[in-house]
Amino acid sequence: MPQEHAALVIIGGGPAGLSAAREATRQGLQDVILFEREAEAGGAPRHCGHLGFGMRDLGRVQTGPHYAEHLRSLTKGLDLRCNHAVTTLGPRGLVEVSGPQGSYSIEADRVLIATGTYEKSSAARLMPGGRPFGLLTTGALQRFVYFYGSIPCHAPLVVGTEIVAYSTILTLRHFGAKPVAFIDSSRYLRTPAIVALGARFIFGVPSFTGTRIVSIDGEEQVTEVTVEGPRGKRALLCDGIIFSGDWVPETALIRASQLAIDPKTRGPVIDDYFRTQDPRIFAAGNVLRSARSAGTCALEGRAAARAILADLKANGRKH
Amino acid sequence: MNYIASVSQAGSPSSDPTFDVAVIGGGVVGCAVLRDLTLAGLKCLLLERGADLLSGASKANSAILHTGFDTSPRSLEVSLLQSGRRRYLEVHERLGLPLLKTDAVMVAWTPEETARFPELIAKAGTNGVPGVRPLPLDELRQIHPYLSDTAVAALRVPGEHIIDPWSAPLAYALQAVVNGAHVERLAEVMQAEREEDYWTLTTPHARFRAKVIINCAGNFGDLIEAFARKAPFQIKPRKGQFVIFDKTAQRLMPTIVLPVPNERTKGIVLCPTIFGNVLVGPTADDQDDRQHAGVDTATLQKLLAEAARIVPALEEEPVTATFAGLRPATERRDYIIEALPAESWITVAGIRSTGLTAALGISGYVTGLVEEHFFRLKPLSEPVWLKVPNLAEHLPRDHQRPGRGNLICFCELVTEDEIEVALSGPLPAGDLGGLKRRTRAALGRCQGFNCLGAVCNMANDRLLSPLPLQK
Repeated sequence: MPQEHAALVIIGGGPAGLSAAREATRQGLQDVILFEREAEAGGAPRHCGHLGFGMRDLGRVQTGPHYAEHLRSLTKGLDLRCNHAVTTLGPRGLVEVSGPQGSYSIEADRVLIATGTYEKSSAARLMPGGRPFGLLTTGALQRFVYFYGSIPCHAPLVVGTEIVAYSTILTLRHFGAKPVAFIDSSRYLRTPAIVALGARFIFGVPSFTGTRIVSIDGEEQVTEVTVEGPRGKRALLCDGIIFSGDWVPETALIRASQLAIDPKTRGPVIDDYFRTQDPRIFAAGNVLRSARSAGTCALEGRAAARAILADLKANGRKH
Repeated sequence: MNYIASVSQAGSPSSDPTFDVAVIGGGVVGCAVLRDLTLAGLKCLLLERGADLLSGASKANSAILHTGFDTSPRSLEVSLLQSGRRRYLEVHERLGLPLLKTDAVMVAWTPEETARFPELIAKAGTNGVPGVRPLPLDELRQIHPYLSDTAVAALRVPGEHIIDPWSAPLAYALQAVVNGAHVERLAEVMQAEREEDYWTLTTPHARFRAKVIINCAGNFGDLIEAFARKAPFQIKPRKGQFVIFDKTAQRLMPTIVLPVPNERTKGIVLCPTIFGNVLVGPTADDQDDRQHAGVDTATLQKLLAEAARIVPALEEEPVTATFAGLRPATERRDYIIEALPAESWITVAGIRSTGLTAALGISGYVTGLVEEHFFRLKPLSEPVWLKVPNLAEHLPRDHQRPGRGNLICFCELVTEDEIEVALSGPLPAGDLGGLKRRTRAALGRCQGFNCLGAVCNMANDRLLSPLPLQK
């Protein structure tokens, strides 16, 4: 069977990937394929059912799902392959894919990695204790709430005060749930205004800084968490822990193909044109570092697509 | 994928409520015993206290198929471990159980450790394990290029391999069930009383009658034993903590790396897993709690440091998972397996970390005791065989199958069909942990950031132990 060929393979259909696809096709590039492992493209905004999306790239404010819908509408006619997971990134633009028709490979002139990011799990944070139900990230919580209309905990402890904690607050509130407290290992709240406002005025619950978890108790479900801070230990009764922030770029494909990782950003090493160490492979969006806004990622996706087009042109490929 | 449904009529209770045998404990040993006695023609029952099988000691181990090269010579353990290994190798393909042939190297980091090699080589000879020999350092580097260059000496240990710690016992239990055995979960044995011809076992939801009891209760072995006699042994749970590295680390781990064992424990092992990760562990700490095994941050950090000392490149690899398990150690070194003919009872206790390898050896031995003391056996003439779904990374996975459904878990590439299969059939997953063990969903690098909601949504109404989800 002849191997399929593409001018550009984009891995990941979030704001960066969809915006890159839109820009590439708008400029007339043929043979662009976008692989999305979920059943629907749109990326993380799909499960952020609150306002705050589109400010940077669209100049107006939407909810996450509306924003994702808008991004999808811009890429009508694109060869968008959902339910496809890229399993290997080989040399010379060889991309191995698992799709509903089975596994196959594609040779691509250029590859754009836009695989996004996820929050560090309780396990990767080396959290102590057993593994009762109720240990989850904001992303997991959002999916429970906005996709399935269920909530795994009603009175959780929220760990982390990065800006995503604001989303945690809104997501919990959407379901009438109330956190018991916010903690952060840093000495200061990382997004002071938003989190302090959220904690204090929406829920009226405390935030503890310089505080970390020392034990997690509960058999089936979390029942109690002991935290330790500047004023000693305290036990908090709660039915879950939401680990927010501490983003991990989704770099498994990049690491497996042994492209260098930047120890500071934890994303791939890139040059000024979004190019990784492999001249055929580019990266854009939150895979480059921790989470920034969807709009930032969209603009990056657009810029990366332009860089790729210029590169293809410079290398004599007609499009 | 629907093979399980086609045989689901088997395993229903018959009119006579008395079972020939009740196996107490649905760990790997109990599952293997259930299988062998069912295939031997007996009417068998398995009682498990958890909502799913493998809820105790069997849920956490290093998943090595041992050769027994360094096990105490002439012990019951070495003999059953080796017959268990042989039997696994005989049946694994027929049951769909994977085998990753890695071999092992044992590495000495000090001259004192090197000094123990002659004794270990002699032991391997006594135990009949061929090919254990000193490995020159340049050969070691060829076999394992990522190993720290501070190694002082090494032994080659061929035949130490990696298997799936969960699909094996599940296959044993499933084969038993499709051949007529009954498995009851959430069935902690609270009382066991002996009348003339049979035992009556009381569990929270039902009572059961059985002529012979086989105590495979793992960390609760001595408590169950007390129903038959004053237990001549005491379970001293030994906690082991583990860290699992990301799949990108597996290229760094071409073989199992064993430490030189000391008197108390086999020590901390580094090895690939059948799922494509790298594992480091276990630690060994005695504790009183038989049920709860939590990790602690300081120990996990020590394990990470130990891993990076042995394979420095692991320092850069992300952690995927951490867990702790309890091994049912006793005050004795060897397994305790004996028949009490007067009590219609067989004790299977003190099966520590080698239980996964030894399980089919133990079940064969127990079958011999059953025949010697209790029943004349008439093995099933045409037992039903089935294959369990493959989760091993080096063999074809469901996501590669043309016509597969949606992906649910992206890190582990688990399909909707795989989750559906695990939730159906004669022995569906009983709780979320059991579902994860059967499918690997939510056990990958994001630990459910992406799929936990989807998995719980599919599973919630169908588990024996429902999730605390609120709508």
